[in-house]
Amino acid sequence: MISRAGLSVVRQARTQLRPRTGPSPVASLSSLARLLSSLAVLEQRDGKLNHGSLGAVTAAQKLGGSITAFVAGGNIKAVAEEAAKVNGIEKIIAVDNAAYDKGLPENYAPLLVENIRKGGYTHIIAGHTAFGKSLMPRLAALLDVQQISDITAIEDEKTFVRPIYAGNAIATVESSDNIKIITIRGTAFPAAEAEGGSASIEDGVDPKAECNTEWVSENLAKSDRPDLATAGKVVSGGRGLKSKEEFDRIMLPLADALGAAVGASRAAVDSGYADNSLQVGQTGKVVAPQLYLCAGISGAIQHLAGMKDSKVIAAINKDADAPIFQVADVGLVGDLFDKVPELTEKLNKQ
Amino acid sequence: MNPFDELSIEESVRIREKERYPGGVEEIIALSIGPPKSVDILRTAMAMGADRSIFVEVKEGEEVEPLAVGKIIRKLVEREKVNLVVCGKQSIDDDSGQTGQIVAGLMGWGAATQASKVKFGEGGVEVEKEVDGGTETVRSKLPMVITTDLRLNEPRYASLPNIMKAKKKKIDKVTAEELGVSLERRLKTLKVIEPPPRKGGGKVEDVDGMISKLKELGAI
Repeated sequence: MISRAGLSVVRQARTQLRPRTGPSPVASLSSLARLLSSLAVLEQRDGKLNHGSLGAVTAAQKLGGSITAFVAGGNIKAVAEEAAKVNGIEKIIAVDNAAYDKGLPENYAPLLVENIRKGGYTHIIAGHTAFGKSLMPRLAALLDVQQISDITAIEDEKTFVRPIYAGNAIATVESSDNIKIITIRGTAFPAAEAEGGSASIEDGVDPKAECNTEWVSENLAKSDRPDLATAGKVVSGGRGLKSKEEFDRIMLPLADALGAAVGASRAAVDSGYADNSLQVGQTGKVVAPQLYLCAGISGAIQHLAGMKDSKVIAAINKDADAPIFQVADVGLVGDLFDKVPELTEKLNKQ
Repeated sequence: MNPFDELSIEESVRIREKERYPGGVEEIIALSIGPPKSVDILRTAMAMGADRSIFVEVKEGEEVEPLAVGKIIRKLVEREKVNLVVCGKQSIDDDSGQTGQIVAGLMGWGAATQASKVKFGEGGVEVEKEVDGGTETVRSKLPMVITTDLRLNEPRYASLPNIMKAKKKKIDKVTAEELGVSLERRLKTLKVIEPPPRKGGGKVEDVDGMISKLKELGAI
């Protein structure tokens, strides 16, 4: 229902073809560093710190200034102690209350508001994950701040870089809000080191806000393979696999041979070949592994948005004109039903 | 129309058609905030089944940020006494993914984001959400906000008779000023550039060629 005048952005993008100057080092903030104070909102599950969420600490380090991390949930002590060892954090604010276990924004956002007011932070940072995506805009509304979503770089304490139009344009935006609320793209901010820190742990304020939403159940795909969003290698299959059976028969052994996570295109997910949570693309996961090896994926713009920052892209496709070959470092034209098993076998022999 | 918004209209219409909400759906209002040509999108929404529209017109080229969009929606939700707001999980131009959550925050309502299934039951509205690693189900009570994920439904095509009928449906025009919402931007776009291009096209002859090239690149 909400449409925005986007054409002007594209026009602007076309007239400014200057190459991106790369991730610029954060300008010296020595005079501001004293005032800058970041709150990294960390995720936990079942009493364990989600290390993926430590990218928020990395982003805070790039900003400079003091870094506080926030955790909440039942029996939060172990999580707080784990977070206290993370390099670069000065203080952990922990709120021990099982009401926050599932990260429901209805009570988590008011909880953060109280702790932000008390701590006087200038920057609130979380990952652009399911948790961050549902929580942070609500927090921003409560604080009357315009959030900056899914940033890939920090230029200075108020200037941030974020992809728009499925990654086809890169916008640099300057925030005039007093408090900056930011979600970060995990692949652009690797997790901070989990060792070497010695933060103090402090109890946070708990407003015990009412929650009009209750958590009912979850259905998470279980896998022994590496996590898709953070894996060093990803193998990904598309419509060309033709069925779920073939997807499993062809792609899973290749993933095992490489020690890779499994991904899929939207076409493969929609056809039921692979689980929804494996979708790579603009509306699914954004990955940037060392190696992204895909088979039977044509390379639609929405898919490229989720993987084109991978270090090395390899593609197997029978259509020599498939757009995926325009971005692939290593392309092999051929039938995936022959080529992938052959590749798997040869990799296993090595 | 933003693809996620098509899903929102479709879901609203289906809730009514399939009588999923006990007591029925009184009215479906489509809302758009944008330059004059956005009216076409509202016509499409009404051809899909919305009863009437509200159009908040802004100047050509003026981009309204999610926070301001949220504030406009709040005003209209209060005025129209709406108890369910359905919107897309993100617009595919700005990719912010914020508006629904902002509305819920401003209203103090429950929210279910990235919905792939919406069920009305005795205990409230049960929504299956797409989350990292799978799905999660939450239950909330009306009034609430739902944001749609791609798997929620398959939007219908508007038929010609319905497109004709939609022409007679009402579009109520209002300005942000009349609603008392400031459109002043909090984020200033300093520049927009193209991402660095990738140099692809390095094709190999066979599987052995692929393995040795991957080794050469240090990928395996």
